[in-house]
Amino acid sequence: MKNHLIPLCLLPSGKKAKVKFLTSDGNMRRRMLDLGLINETIVESLQKSPSGNLTAYGIRGAIIALRSEEANKIIVEPNY
Amino acid sequence: MGLTSQSTGAGVLEGELKIERTSPKDKVIALTGNPNVGKSTVFNSLTGLNQHTGNWPGKTVTNAQGKYRHKDTNFIMVDIPGTYSLMANSIEEQVARDFVCFGSPDATVIVTDATCLERNLNLVLQTLEITSNVVVCVNLLDEAKKKKININLKELSKKLGVPVVGTNARNGQGLKELMDAVYEVTNKHTTPSPLIIHYDDIIEDAVNILEPSVKELLSDKISSRWTALKLLDGDPTLLIGLRKYLDFDLLENITITKKLKEAKEVLLKAGIDHELLRDKTVSHIVCAAEEISNKVIKFEKAEYNHIDRKIDSVLTSRIFGIPIMVGLLGIVFWLTITGANYPSSMLADFLFSIESRLTDFFIWVKAPSWLHGLMVSGIYKTLAWVISVMLPPMAIFFPLFTLLEDLGYLPRVAFNLDNFFKKACAHGKQALTMCMGFGCNAAGIIGCRIIDSPRERLIATITNNFVPCNGRFPTLIAIITMFFAGFVAGPYQSIFSTLILTGVIVFGIIMTLIVSRILSKTILKGLPSSFTLELPPYRKPQIGKVIVRSIFDRTLFVLGRAVIVAAPAGVVIWILANIHFEDLSLLAHCAAFLDPFANLLGLDGYILMAFILGFPANEIVVPIIIMCYMATDSMLELDSLNQLRELLVSHGWTWLTAVSVMLFSLMHWPCGTTCLTIRKETQSWKWACISFLVPTACGIIICFVFANSVRLLGLI
Repeated sequence: MKNHLIPLCLLPSGKKAKVKFLTSDGNMRRRMLDLGLINETIVESLQKSPSGNLTAYGIRGAIIALRSEEANKIIVEPNY
Repeated sequence: MGLTSQSTGAGVLEGELKIERTSPKDKVIALTGNPNVGKSTVFNSLTGLNQHTGNWPGKTVTNAQGKYRHKDTNFIMVDIPGTYSLMANSIEEQVARDFVCFGSPDATVIVTDATCLERNLNLVLQTLEITSNVVVCVNLLDEAKKKKININLKELSKKLGVPVVGTNARNGQGLKELMDAVYEVTNKHTTPSPLIIHYDDIIEDAVNILEPSVKELLSDKISSRWTALKLLDGDPTLLIGLRKYLDFDLLENITITKKLKEAKEVLLKAGIDHELLRDKTVSHIVCAAEEISNKVIKFEKAEYNHIDRKIDSVLTSRIFGIPIMVGLLGIVFWLTITGANYPSSMLADFLFSIESRLTDFFIWVKAPSWLHGLMVSGIYKTLAWVISVMLPPMAIFFPLFTLLEDLGYLPRVAFNLDNFFKKACAHGKQALTMCMGFGCNAAGIIGCRIIDSPRERLIATITNNFVPCNGRFPTLIAIITMFFAGFVAGPYQSIFSTLILTGVIVFGIIMTLIVSRILSKTILKGLPSSFTLELPPYRKPQIGKVIVRSIFDRTLFVLGRAVIVAAPAGVVIWILANIHFEDLSLLAHCAAFLDPFANLLGLDGYILMAFILGFPANEIVVPIIIMCYMATDSMLELDSLNQLRELLVSHGWTWLTAVSVMLFSLMHWPCGTTCLTIRKETQSWKWACISFLVPTACGIIICFVFANSVRLLGLI
């Protein structure tokens, strides 16, 4: 499925997706950009935390955990 | 858990960073880099200082500085908190950026992680925009080699236009080359021609409008191109920094404001507003980093992080994550409890045998009896108790905990526990500051700087004391071994003790969560803020180094502090016990005064007094209790925990007293150093007082409820 966009938090574990745009603004947006989450960046969803909510993502060689509130505001294209 | 004088008190209270050049020829080096890339290791190897290192991001929370000499020059190296970027999104980033910009270092060394170079290049490129006196240090080359990541350092240096040195700071490899490169740069033997990132034409046009007039005013102090970009960006924190540094406000200059307006209009015409400009500049840098790393890095194995992922899938799995965490904690406690027994009694035997020698000596020189009493029964005995009861558990617990830290496990703890903290409306990184609290609450409170939101930082600060620091930890162990281990037979004793200790710690964590939630619903209202948590690659801990370092840097340091406090406390107790007033010693009067209140909490007057006298350092609470009891009947000769137990029982201790002491030890006022640190970190006596009162109130309430329910139910 091409061009089917979802928020990153819905990406199942073990799947990869391509960042399309961010819906956050201000400080949070800057932080996401600083992580390297710019357009066309490939992100892999790795694993949910035991207590839920937090998910570890592989971003440009680093493992970054994001709460669903943040991952919600990163719109990605799965199965790119 | 940087438990050195830098972070636990003295150093912290000194105020802002001052750099003392001994001669004008000294060169100042800023050491920057992403968090957790081995910056502190590089720093320690070069300067010989013992900045504590650990495998988790955000550990260096204060600036440390150290000196080294290379060839004919003295270098002053300043270790700056690790950051991913210089966009000043957080306090650390602001500190790092301000030092690179305004601290006028002669060179900036950027330490990068070879296993994650692309991400690290972001900071390198941002730094190159500010200054060209940069040396890039690609660290952890051995880890990269293990993961079959090949980096062409020469090509990288060519692309960046500045010297690049590959190192393995852990075994000292490449450090000489690094020092050489720094020497060359600071002595201007090489002229760097750093890469300049070219943005979209429109942005370049806007910069070109503004830059010339900025350049005129800055007179080459700071990169004019970068300043122009930041003026367009309108970063308020930078404007403040600039004003302080230049001693005038750029924006009050008419030409600048005119040109700035002109430049902004150019951008707006092209539809680039403030937010979009930021997006575009950041994206450009990220793309440049990607492009460079694609050219210089070769991954020979596609799945180079395979093993880490496997470990993570167990250690942070839904089912096993939390049980494994509690289990690991349990193992650490078990090793501490079992391991501390023998050295503890050996130390006690040894130190108390010296006591009788000392007594003989005092008799031999015919010293007055008050002098003997003061020196031997007062000071020496208290010190002997502090060392024999406190030293062994500390000397075992720290290295073990540091191994977990070195391995990279602590961020996984934060990952596992995040949702609990979120439900408590607190910051996920509070789990990390909590872990630091195990080492020292004062260090934990400084560690709270890793939390950006002021509200959540305060919550973490106030609740940090619910984690027993190393000063209180042996207290808990001593009481558990004396009172509860005896309930079960033989080999299960230590396991039983471990379970109780783990229970107490888990209770402390639960209290942290409950109090955090109450604070967020009352005086610190608000919602949890956004944060990102990096899970760094696992690294093989350097076992030998960890053991030596933690014993010498931390255990002995903490012990030293305890001894400094214990000696005068011993004097006070001896004097109080030996000055009599109406047939009773002053000590007994004080205890009698505190007794009714202490009784309500399941304690007694002496115990409460010990906690009060223990304000300067918690380590001395148990020794003081013992001293007080011994002062009232000095016939007893104590040399084992068993006899110690008899002493306590003969003074009316029951299991209720023991549990109450443990609860009160877990929850009472923070020690003096911690209080001062809170005052310093929050810049307010109000929050220091609240941090004092909250755990105290919790302790009083919980002890009161516990003691009286037990009594009412007739369980005792």
